[in-house]
Amino acid sequence: MQSEIILKMEGICKSFPGVRALHNVDFVLRKGEIHALMGENGAGKSTLIKVLTGVYEKDAGQTILDGRPVHFKSPQEALNMGIGTVFQEIMLCPNLTVAENMFIGRSRNNFVQWTKMNAKAAQILDSLGIQASPTQELSSCSIAVQQMVAIARAIDMDCKILILDEPTSSLDDDEVNKLFALMRELKSRGVGIIFITHFLDQVYEISDTITVLRNGKLIGEYQTATLSQIELISHMMGKALSDVSEMKKQEQPKSRSSVPVFEATGLSSAAGVRPFNFTIEKGEVNGFAGLLGSGRSESVRAIFAADKVTGGEVKINGKQVKLKTPLDAMKKGIGYLPEDRKHDGIIGELSVRDNIILALQVMKGFFKPFSRKQAEEFANQYIKKLDIRTPSTNTPIESLSGGNQQKVVLARWLLTHPMYLILDEPTRGIDVGTKVEIQKLVLKLAEDGMSLTFISSEIDEMLRVCSRLIVMKDREIVGELSGKNLTEQDAMHMIAQGGK
Amino acid sequence: MSRLKAYANRLSHLFLPLSVLALLIIINLIKGTDYFSITMVNGAFYGNIPNILFGASELVILSIGMTLVTAASRGQDISIGEIGAITSATFVLYVLNAREVTLLTILVGFLISCVVGIILGAFNGTLVSVFKVQPMVATLILFLGGRSIAFMIDGKVSPILANEISNKIGTVIPGVPIQTPIILTAVFIAIVAIVLKTTNLRLYVESVGINPNAARLNGIDPKKIIFLTFLIMGVCSAVAGFIAVNKAGRHDSVNILKFIMMDAILAVALGGNSLAGGKFSITGSIIGAYTIEMLNRTLLRLEVNPEAIKSFKAVFIIILMVIASPVVRVMVKKVLDRAKMLYAERQADGLNNTVVSITGTTGKKED
Repeated sequence: MQSEIILKMEGICKSFPGVRALHNVDFVLRKGEIHALMGENGAGKSTLIKVLTGVYEKDAGQTILDGRPVHFKSPQEALNMGIGTVFQEIMLCPNLTVAENMFIGRSRNNFVQWTKMNAKAAQILDSLGIQASPTQELSSCSIAVQQMVAIARAIDMDCKILILDEPTSSLDDDEVNKLFALMRELKSRGVGIIFITHFLDQVYEISDTITVLRNGKLIGEYQTATLSQIELISHMMGKALSDVSEMKKQEQPKSRSSVPVFEATGLSSAAGVRPFNFTIEKGEVNGFAGLLGSGRSESVRAIFAADKVTGGEVKINGKQVKLKTPLDAMKKGIGYLPEDRKHDGIIGELSVRDNIILALQVMKGFFKPFSRKQAEEFANQYIKKLDIRTPSTNTPIESLSGGNQQKVVLARWLLTHPMYLILDEPTRGIDVGTKVEIQKLVLKLAEDGMSLTFISSEIDEMLRVCSRLIVMKDREIVGELSGKNLTEQDAMHMIAQGGK
Repeated sequence: MSRLKAYANRLSHLFLPLSVLALLIIINLIKGTDYFSITMVNGAFYGNIPNILFGASELVILSIGMTLVTAASRGQDISIGEIGAITSATFVLYVLNAREVTLLTILVGFLISCVVGIILGAFNGTLVSVFKVQPMVATLILFLGGRSIAFMIDGKVSPILANEISNKIGTVIPGVPIQTPIILTAVFIAIVAIVLKTTNLRLYVESVGINPNAARLNGIDPKKIIFLTFLIMGVCSAVAGFIAVNKAGRHDSVNILKFIMMDAILAVALGGNSLAGGKFSITGSIIGAYTIEMLNRTLLRLEVNPEAIKSFKAVFIIILMVIASPVVRVMVKKVLDRAKMLYAERQADGLNNTVVSITGTTGKKED
């Protein structure tokens, strides 16, 4: 592709306190190109976009737009220069009309010329083939149309670059096709499109070029046509295919008892995971593998009854039970460390002490609070055990570092002495030292007879810890790997192709 | 040492209400040094301070409920005065229909009014927790309709509670030097303190208010907790209505506890609580409630024109809220930091400059 370059980012660096989010990243976008930006969680995709659109100030590097160096101080400035962005969540006002949404905050003067605005909107919608009337209230449109209105809003000015950050995650197949048709239309007009998604099939369907980031570093730019899915996954997960080393697998001690600790048949939840079967033995560590959005979190949430369970049977130690709420699961000896620490894990303003005792306290009951002394003892015990760095037990958890926050949430569940503990991305966004500590802890717990499910975006971490991998794709279990088959290569093949 | 630090930390939460309280006391002492004097009339204490404690009774009780509702639901209940009007109307209805008014009659009437309060609280709580209506909108229904319901119950005649016991509850019991509403409020506060000590109410309410998702994943049902706080609010309203109607000696559906939710919300805010929910301090709200009553009486004492009192109060509150706002706090912190830096720089600049600047200033003075 020898077409003209419209955007060039060179040597972009960006650090946050304690984290190097981007390190020397280059990125090139050409005219009329659909360019997929790929990488797992924390790879730096959104940081790069935010640096480009002026949400973040970059530490080093330069951005060249149309041959001229530019420096945006705000997303509005980027927009004025022809860079439109559509975010994952639709950031429009549902109670305004389509036209109002397209032009809100855009008019140069303070008075709105309604007829003119509606006519202009109709013209844009028509030219993009969007089936919506300018005077229609936005909430009456389908999600896909709303998404397209957001795109129409972004490109209404002489747009040169359009950034789509996971635009398809809430769309069904038909709606995705409509969106792709629109993207092809824009491409033919010479708009450069940056496309971020977790759906590999979509990347191969629409993109021309793929840039892969990992841990804030540029892995490379590839032509979609010449890069196989398996290669792409190995780039994203950070292991070259040729480099499948003979890792010494730690053999899990397995007491082959006939009854599994936990067994689910046809389990499904309101979060949209397809009915699945799952078992775990005493002292086993298994894991759900798959890319983000493949349904691995939804599956474990269904096990813990964190989402509304819509069907299936659950047996604990061979006995059939009904788990309707997280509390039911907790009382049966299941613990769950959620994926999103900030949103689902910590109670930010509460002290480290309260955060540690929370789950056990709730299990004990509303009318039986622990004495201050007892709570303090519990907290200190686990602060010592897990080496949590905190000034005191009274410190609000939100003022700790990410790794220490995670340890507190881990301590909370260990305190309940669960027989089955689910850890969903326990090592995300925390420093390497703590990561290793947590991995060691998981193996130690399993040795002591606890069953664990361990989920991570980093495949080698899962291979190190798990003795069995359940592979998911598109919200469905596509296969299982254990024993000799449990290698990096097999796992990647299965993630890419879905099944054997 | 760490205990001392924790104590200081707790005090810093109460900085706003305590400093306002101190400011009001200073103003009052300037006006007249006899502010704290207490006189004995018919065997009971009277004076500025007892009057404030007496006058703020209902507000203190309501602000406790409001604190809990605010912390859990991240919104406010604006129907508390109306709920109080309804519960006190049922109380009056029961007492007036009794053949003979005994202590038992009053007690049963009070308990009935509490049950009515719980039912009305459950109505609000259901709207907020199950139907996810914003608290202020949900409680707007009873705010608008509540007094009409109270009218229907008390028969629009503004009945008079002309019995001995009600009089004692509203004023003083002979032989007891402290006015009864003050005692009832103290008992109520003690009960709340015991409840907070013997249950996990605080942990649950705070968890739900700070992060309902995480609370749910730890086995707390946010719906139940929000519902519970509205039930508690209903009881608080009933107790406040009980005290108010006995104080007044008659049931005036139009004016009883009128617009008291404004003062209750203000008390919560003055107490250093976030109106967006989360961690709460009931102590702060109680001090806030007494502060508001003191402010009202201070303005009266300063002989502010009665028509102008409300605007004076408004101005005072605006100043207070601006001073206590995070924006000003950040600004003050910045100014302090800059001053510190300048000071450090000047010291680092060396002593020569200081000598020059000293001679410079003295020179100017002589001019």
